[in-house]
Amino acid sequence: MSQNPILEIKGLHKRFGDHHVLKGIDFSVEPGERVAIIGGSGSGKSTFLRCMNFMETLSEGEIWLDGQRIGQQVRGRMTYPEKQLCKVRERLGMVFQQFNLFPHMTVLQNVMEGLITVKGLSRQDARAIAVRELAKVGLGEKHDAWPGRLSGGQQQRVAIARALSMEPEVLLFDEPTSSLDPELVGEVLRVINQLAEEGRTMLLVTHELGFAYHFATRVIFLADGVFHEVGTPDEVLKNPQKPRTQEFLRRFGEFAF
Amino acid sequence: MHYTPDFSVVWNNWPVLLRGLWVTLEIWLPSIAMGLIGGFLIAQARLSQRRLVSGISLVYVELFRDTPVLIQLIWFYYAFPILVGIQLSPFAAAMLGLTLNTSAYASEIFRGGIRSIHRGQMEGALAIGMSRAQAMRRVILPQVIKRMLPAFTNRTIEVAKMSSLASVISVHELMYQGRLLSSTYYRPFELLTAVAFIYLVLIYPGTFLAGRLEKHLARSN
Repeated sequence: MSQNPILEIKGLHKRFGDHHVLKGIDFSVEPGERVAIIGGSGSGKSTFLRCMNFMETLSEGEIWLDGQRIGQQVRGRMTYPEKQLCKVRERLGMVFQQFNLFPHMTVLQNVMEGLITVKGLSRQDARAIAVRELAKVGLGEKHDAWPGRLSGGQQQRVAIARALSMEPEVLLFDEPTSSLDPELVGEVLRVINQLAEEGRTMLLVTHELGFAYHFATRVIFLADGVFHEVGTPDEVLKNPQKPRTQEFLRRFGEFAF
Repeated sequence: MHYTPDFSVVWNNWPVLLRGLWVTLEIWLPSIAMGLIGGFLIAQARLSQRRLVSGISLVYVELFRDTPVLIQLIWFYYAFPILVGIQLSPFAAAMLGLTLNTSAYASEIFRGGIRSIHRGQMEGALAIGMSRAQAMRRVILPQVIKRMLPAFTNRTIEVAKMSSLASVISVHELMYQGRLLSSTYYRPFELLTAVAFIYLVLIYPGTFLAGRLEKHLARSN
């Protein structure tokens, strides 16, 4: 493994009022790694992912992107200037459980939007990139469709194309298949797999343990706000050492590796 | 009834009524435009995390929503100058009253609209690197405006009608001219009917166009 993590988290705490969700997490991701984060509902796995790109504000802790700490010290307090957060979010693409496509824009416009508004590309250049990314997720025929007319699986693939178009260095997937009908899960996982084959750095919060097993280079079982067990898919999913992990996998029932 | 209507009084005084209509437009359109801008800003203040900011804007909104417009216009003409020491022209007082009143109503429309947009829309926009202002302009507002168009249309029509209240502080708008002519010629039936008809002709196209626009915007549903 390389010596320089692309993403590094130190001493991350997150509280919602009195509720202490993340209790001191240290974590780093090397370029090309694919990390699956699993855990029960309410374990804080989505919150953890959302702290990476500052969709949630950190209660405590540091995030380093490519050797640079995010945020600025102003009179002893950490502040996060919006300009910097925008840059960070551009570099860490995110795919949401609910897709969050813009319903008033067509599929093509959804993918072009960030390229034009954020990157300042011309419509022509943005269009070329959007067309390419949509073809990649298998939606070359749906340019002019409104998101509301697409199936959940198609919407999620548009969302992936939208994230990809910004050429992020890391992709964050927040339960990308959890709101899909079972028969639509496969098409989204195939796209994610294809990205894995390209060697992209990815973090995936998921309940699809079978997929996590094949996809991930590292699996994290999050419980009670800490990394309860971390290891290769074989270590965590097949031979978990801790009783809590074993219990979780048992409750999740049978899944085929 | 042995009354014989004689509409020649309307034709003969057509230029006076047209001048009134022009003043009505001069009050109506700017106060709607400025009211929408003001309403958007007040909605931002209402949605602010800072208690003081949202508190002040709440007081503002309630003051204008819970008092009669007629009193507001008269107040800005007769009372406001005492407070600030500057005498406003009737036109300026009417414009100020209607603009501030429209801001209060429009802010509630905006606030409702912004809150009705799912949080995920803002997050989706931020996640591709947009600033909050860009997200508001490109993602949130277009959806808010689409949803709020019926309410904005109603408000615009209301303000056109409310502008007739400016006649009580002697703004020479359509209603004022109509009343003046009808008491001059003792022909209230013809003149007030004509005034009502002019309001109808003024307002109806707006309603019609808004309906068309709504349909156009609904195409992504």
